[in-house]
Amino acid sequence: MNISWPRVRSLLRKEWRQLFRDPRSKRVVFASPILQLVLFGYAVNTDVNNTSMFVVDHDVTAESRALVDAFTAAGWFRVTGTSDRSADLLYALDRGTARIAIEIPPGFSQRLNTGNASVQVLVDGTNSNTATVAQGYAARIIQQFGAQYVPANAPAGIDLRARAWYNPGLESRVYNIPAVVGTILMLMSLLLTALAVVRERELGTLDQLMVSPLTPGELVLGKTLPVVAIALIDLVLVVAVSLLVFDIPFRGSTLALLVASIVYIVGALGIGLFISTISTTQQEAFMAMFLFFLPTAILSGFMYPVHTMPEFFQAITLLNPLRHFLEIVRGIFLKGDGLLQILPELGVLTLMATGVMWLAVRRFARHVA
Amino acid sequence: MDPVRLFAIARKERLQLRRDRRSMILAFVLPVFMLLFFGYAISWDIDDIPLAVLDQDHSRAGRDLVEALTAGELFHVSEYIDHHRDADEPIRTGTARAVLVIPPGFQRDIAAGGPAPVQLLLDGADANTATIALNYADAIVAQHSQAILLQGRRVQPPLQADSRVWYNPTLESRNMIVPSLIAVIMSIIAAMLTALTIAREWERGTMEQLAATPVHRLEVVLGKLLPYVLIGVLDVTVAAIAGIVVFGVPFRGSVLLLGVMTLLFLAGALGLGLFISAALRSQVLAMQVAMVATYLPALLLSGFLFDIASMPVVLRAVTTIVPARYFVTVTRGIFLKGVGIEVLWPQALSMVAFAAIGLGLAAAAFRKQIAR
Repeated sequence: MNISWPRVRSLLRKEWRQLFRDPRSKRVVFASPILQLVLFGYAVNTDVNNTSMFVVDHDVTAESRALVDAFTAAGWFRVTGTSDRSADLLYALDRGTARIAIEIPPGFSQRLNTGNASVQVLVDGTNSNTATVAQGYAARIIQQFGAQYVPANAPAGIDLRARAWYNPGLESRVYNIPAVVGTILMLMSLLLTALAVVRERELGTLDQLMVSPLTPGELVLGKTLPVVAIALIDLVLVVAVSLLVFDIPFRGSTLALLVASIVYIVGALGIGLFISTISTTQQEAFMAMFLFFLPTAILSGFMYPVHTMPEFFQAITLLNPLRHFLEIVRGIFLKGDGLLQILPELGVLTLMATGVMWLAVRRFARHVA
Repeated sequence: MDPVRLFAIARKERLQLRRDRRSMILAFVLPVFMLLFFGYAISWDIDDIPLAVLDQDHSRAGRDLVEALTAGELFHVSEYIDHHRDADEPIRTGTARAVLVIPPGFQRDIAAGGPAPVQLLLDGADANTATIALNYADAIVAQHSQAILLQGRRVQPPLQADSRVWYNPTLESRNMIVPSLIAVIMSIIAAMLTALTIAREWERGTMEQLAATPVHRLEVVLGKLLPYVLIGVLDVTVAAIAGIVVFGVPFRGSVLLLGVMTLLFLAGALGLGLFISAALRSQVLAMQVAMVATYLPALLLSGFLFDIASMPVVLRAVTTIVPARYFVTVTRGIFLKGVGIEVLWPQALSMVAFAAIGLGLAAAAFRKQIAR
């Protein structure tokens, strides 16, 4: 495949102009990634804070109030209702006005001092993840509260000192936002290639390109290079917003991020190009994209971790470029990875990108010829 | 309004729909695919967390502690480390998500009445898993510690939590996901299907014919909606049965209520799709807008996976105009909680309003076009 660079350059100029003549596409290209980042960044959130709590206190003593205060002190729970009837507890869970309910039995303070008090905790399990975390917090709070009432001369026992690496505050956005960056890059690359090529075909301008002396290789370059450039600009934009607005740490190597992103973008472009060769209308291309992107996003470890998936699906994720890229971005952002550490994942991505690109270009060339 | 004309329009739409391969795929293949896919692939049950152990004490007490931590399903020991300088190695390489460090002299410290420090290093990158692991470890260690201290003294711990989980006692993520999936799938299918219908008439030039036909615009809107309502009801029925039979999700509420709520929701979602279609006149554009207006909010802002309560105030306010949010509450309420209209009436009202707005917008957009 011989390539004449002057021809590629003039095609690039044409593509660039075509892309930015439409003010709407400027918005799509630059504003929508930031909008998505903000939306995903705030919505994809597994922190459990301010969980609504209903309190039924049959005891009404300084001790029972101290227990309720212990619940609200850390910011994990907030009291949204109180009552002195046990029936209201269930009603609050039914209506969803509270996600957790505690019932402090009569005589709580006396039994606490003699050493056999108990508190009932009811958790709304409809959101299993929130419920698991909230139940864990509640258990810890009660455990710690009870420890104060151990006689002063009692032995101290085991002291667990926990330290979380990479994300000491255990904030979910630190984990999720780098992943949003990867998702947005994939989406933009797909949109810009698949839809653009098919639109040209629908408009009939692809035929004009075909009768021009451009070789298929030149055509592919002309179509993909602008997208690589735009995707890289988007990368800079969303990374800047992540660091400045969301305050995400960036501990690794910028070079590694750049190299990995280019490989990943080329792979995504290849998929977009491939989709454009199997669809005749924009609508079909859009549906094909949707059908591809949906499983890709779900099976990537973006919204929920790969290690909780069934084994079968965990195996499938190995074929998912987004999954490998997410490992890389998270490694670079959080763990401070450099080129050396990302090498295995980068190798897999390079292999995928080459394979997909080869397939897409072959199909594309045949299509055009 | 004349039922004969209305059904004539509905019949025309049905024939047209049946010929359109893409729409048929959207209507029947996509929902089943999404249900099976989401139902099987999304599992958020965190268990079996690999734990590396660095035991520098090599004592009975240390082994007991490890055993206590791994007795449940949350942790399993993935490896033993020998040297302190390698303590963070499993976390860096990702072979373990937590490392338990038992320092030398652990058993002696316990025997002396403590405090006997142990260290737990966590891979905090995945904050959610780390939080669950930390909470669990904290509770187990405290329990274990008390058990050791109180040994032989036959005293109960001063305070016990009697903790129970309602509606989903085993805390399976599947029970949370499958009922709300119905809401998510419905909002996508409904809007995407109808988004095409009027735009298609414009693109094919049949709009003028339709406008010239002596039918009232309400008849057109309702007639066009009828086949889609049928498809939607069929999809929900299949999804609900599959949820109960295939995924074993409990169904504790009223079938009738679910039916009524589904119709309300469909009316609104289909109306919204019709409106988008009539307003944009282009199938491609309509499909994209319908997708952005329904899919993303239904997935992210409905409380389907991510709790609305932990979102920032602004985003929480936005969720109040996401219809899927109300339908998610309804499906969970009916499937898991078994509550009825006495609890779900605020959601029902919101959905009535949404249906009125959706259908109203569709009818209005349609009139403007014919007048043009």
